[in-house]
Amino acid sequence: MHDSAVPDSALALSVRGVSKSFGGLQALKDIDLDIMRGSIHGLIGPNGAGKTTFFNIITGLYTADKGDFKLLSKSYSPSLVHEVAKAGIARTFQNIRLFNEMSVLENVMVGRHVRTQSGVLRAIFKTPQFIREELDIKMRAHALLDYVGIERFAQHKAKTLSYGDQRRLEIARALATDPLLLALDEPAAGMNSTEKKELKILIEQIRRDNKTVLLIEHDVQLVMGLCDQLTVLDYGTKIAEGSPQEVQKNPLVIEAYLGTNSATHGTKNHLTSVSQ
Amino acid sequence: MQTNQKESFQERFQNSRVLQIVFALSLLILPFVLQYFGNAWVRIADFALLYVLLALGLNIVVGYAGLLDLGYIAFFAVGAYTYALLSSPQLTNAFPSIAALFPNGLHTPLYIVIPLSALLAGLFGILLGAPTLKLRGDYLAIVTLGFGEIIRVFLNNLDRPINITNGPKGIGDIDSFTVFGTPLSRKLDLGFTEIPSVTLYYYLFISLVAISILICSRLEHSRIGRAWMAIREDEIAAKAMGIDTRNLKLTAFGIGATFGGVSGAMFASFQAFVSPESFSLMESVMIVAMVVLGGIGYLPGVVLGALLLAALPEVLRYVAGPLQEMSGGRMDSAILRQLLIALAMVSVMLLRPSGLWPKPSHKHNSPKANLPTNRSSENA
Amino acid sequence: MDTLIQQIINGLVLGSMYALVALGYTMVYGIINLINFAHGEVLMIGAMTSWSVMGLMQDAYPTAPGWVVLLGAVLCACVVCACLNYGIEKIAYKPLRGAPKLAPLITAIGISILLQSLAMIIWKPNYKPYPTLMPSVPVEIGNAVISPTQIMILGVTAVSLSCLMYLVHKTSLGRAMRATAENPRVASLMGVKPDMVISATFIIGAVLAAIAGVMWASNYGTIHHSMGFLPGLKAFTAAVFGGIGNLEGAVVGGILLGLIESIGAGYIGELTNGVLGSQYSDIFAFMVLIGVLTLRPSGLMGERIAERA
Repeated sequence: MHDSAVPDSALALSVRGVSKSFGGLQALKDIDLDIMRGSIHGLIGPNGAGKTTFFNIITGLYTADKGDFKLLSKSYSPSLVHEVAKAGIARTFQNIRLFNEMSVLENVMVGRHVRTQSGVLRAIFKTPQFIREELDIKMRAHALLDYVGIERFAQHKAKTLSYGDQRRLEIARALATDPLLLALDEPAAGMNSTEKKELKILIEQIRRDNKTVLLIEHDVQLVMGLCDQLTVLDYGTKIAEGSPQEVQKNPLVIEAYLGTNSATHGTKNHLTSVSQ
Repeated sequence: MQTNQKESFQERFQNSRVLQIVFALSLLILPFVLQYFGNAWVRIADFALLYVLLALGLNIVVGYAGLLDLGYIAFFAVGAYTYALLSSPQLTNAFPSIAALFPNGLHTPLYIVIPLSALLAGLFGILLGAPTLKLRGDYLAIVTLGFGEIIRVFLNNLDRPINITNGPKGIGDIDSFTVFGTPLSRKLDLGFTEIPSVTLYYYLFISLVAISILICSRLEHSRIGRAWMAIREDEIAAKAMGIDTRNLKLTAFGIGATFGGVSGAMFASFQAFVSPESFSLMESVMIVAMVVLGGIGYLPGVVLGALLLAALPEVLRYVAGPLQEMSGGRMDSAILRQLLIALAMVSVMLLRPSGLWPKPSHKHNSPKANLPTNRSSENA
Repeated sequence: MDTLIQQIINGLVLGSMYALVALGYTMVYGIINLINFAHGEVLMIGAMTSWSVMGLMQDAYPTAPGWVVLLGAVLCACVVCACLNYGIEKIAYKPLRGAPKLAPLITAIGISILLQSLAMIIWKPNYKPYPTLMPSVPVEIGNAVISPTQIMILGVTAVSLSCLMYLVHKTSLGRAMRATAENPRVASLMGVKPDMVISATFIIGAVLAAIAGVMWASNYGTIHHSMGFLPGLKAFTAAVFGGIGNLEGAVVGGILLGLIESIGAGYIGELTNGVLGSQYSDIFAFMVLIGVLTLRPSGLMGERIAERA
């Protein structure tokens, strides 16, 4: 039973009681999460807190030990990865996973796979529907490349792109699946401050275009300025939730980042400098 | 640079109607040119074309979808034996009940037996592919190798307790094709000239090759082709983009196998004899070599690889003679061919891993390009 | 029909040889994630080399006792195979260490065919009889018999395995190998040279395969250039069966596979009412492989593969 005061239809994603252990290690314990439609929701926490595990669970790469999942108030069971994409969650990866030998354009065209139908027979006989669909796929792909700003690289091989552009390509490819929820796993990792600014602008534009975004990020400054809501994980449990301002002041959060093992939590300086 | 040269050649070819017509015409008159040197050369061309068909089929599995199948010859065998069993005295000799049903012998019409060969091979492709879906690349190779061997062992031993395949003795007396009323096993008398049987088969085979190249090309530049390549590049990312990798892999296996089946039926008819010897592991390896050394995933490269490796034994015959004398009878053309294929595999992988004629890519090209990365399914 | 005990004996003998070869596969896979397709051919080269050496020794010293000739032949085979495998690794596999998976696989297949072709050229393609140097009076155990050759195989395998276990668990080289097998990066940070460990792995695998080759030839009495292919494949199956990368698993897998093959070949006729006979015994190994990979891919005792970042 959902105990939130918000009507279900306003929620893009709603999960209850997600738990996952690997052997003896409890990676996630009883996580509840609500993401409002059209919002940018950040998932933060120290290294090893379980953020990517959570991502992998909602997108079907791992199977949760228990948990209820609702996408746009419809129950879904994240067991088959490709079904999750069909249902409307698209993701990017922490260690960029592009189709390296394919062109930039083709990478995005692959993203259209899940929303198109032409099969083997239509391809072999080059039916009018096939031709129309191919044209449509190509145009959408070009448009998406333009949207993220790398249209000029359309014919280049994906692996030749710079790091920052590769991340953009991953986002374009995910957007090609027409997702309800766009899940970005550390999209700013390895970017310089200019690229981060451009990324922020892009993500805000994505929100303006009625998409919901779930974001894992380590860059606290970026997260504070971008996200509407934050959920903080530590050691597999949720320790705080709320607006960036609320979370920032939460003593549990500060403890988690600065705590007794402050040597391992490199975000120390960031957190204190932002809260000043 | 070499790549740029070939790139512009391919572009020039695609843009020039004249070059295309010249190319088509030369293919059409080739058999008559070869005939001048002897019908044996046309036979060689015919076998080379069969290998091209096989390489095209395997290219779908290995080149597009990135699945290293080392047992591909099994589908060739299925097609060949299907045709052989339905168009030869084997079944009527072994089973009186069948002989009674077909008093004039078992001569299944072409329009039934060829689709049947294709279908059966395709079915085997799916059956053999199914257990391999979750395996990582090297295990997939070994399991498919195992399947290839299993099929060969069965073909070799299904002569007891009941004789289905006639075991190592093979099946002979196989019907040749009759196309539009013209039997292909006899020469065609046109009045002003005669066309020998081998040349008739040449035209049949080259039509099949042309159709196959068209099919492969259309698949390559389609949603299915891109999905296959996505699976090849990164299966997890492909799944995350909504691609049903299971179905697509099975489709690749199935379609690839179908090519093998049709090719097998052609082979059985052409040679009029099949035996398990023709379907060894070495054949599977050679077809893999054709695809990989030629230019994996790139149709012109694959065709080139197939033609080179198929023609190799014949070229070697000229060299083998003196070599055999020199080495005291230890080297013959078969051993030499094997040796050269092995050396080619090792050296191409070390020096030019994308193959002899790889897909020309946009100016940002690196020499070690074009091999599928094939990430393991464990990495998430 | 042979009794069950006879089949068990045969199975253990077969299995010991599989175990020796399986160790080579499993050690290499555990360290560099490569199926060394050419490993079966190392067995063949070991057998062929020993045959040549035996011929030379018997010509030079006709009165030498059988076991001396055998020992000399085995030693020479080990040296030749060790050098061969070391060379193969350095020339063909090392340059492709970072390359996408397809390249080293194709290269390994190429090396396998290359070795077979070279063997055909050097030793000619015909089947050759292998000298029986052990006394041929069999020992009786109940209803079954075991030949001195078979006893020798079991003994040699036991000794080889003990030496290997000692090496792996009690020497610094063994420690280095185990560390590299678990986590190559950390191991190299601790001062272990990965190149040296990898070469050592290939050398040890080659020695075991050479010994297995001599044993195999002694057991079956003939040698030829393609004798390594099937045993190699089956030994790989055994390695996967036991858990790839797991040394104990390779031994267990090898012995179990030998038993399955031997007992299966004996009873398959009865089990299938005469439809299938023992000529199908070769595909048992493949059935096992497919079964393992479908039902329990990590093998009986769990796989141990190096952590890759």
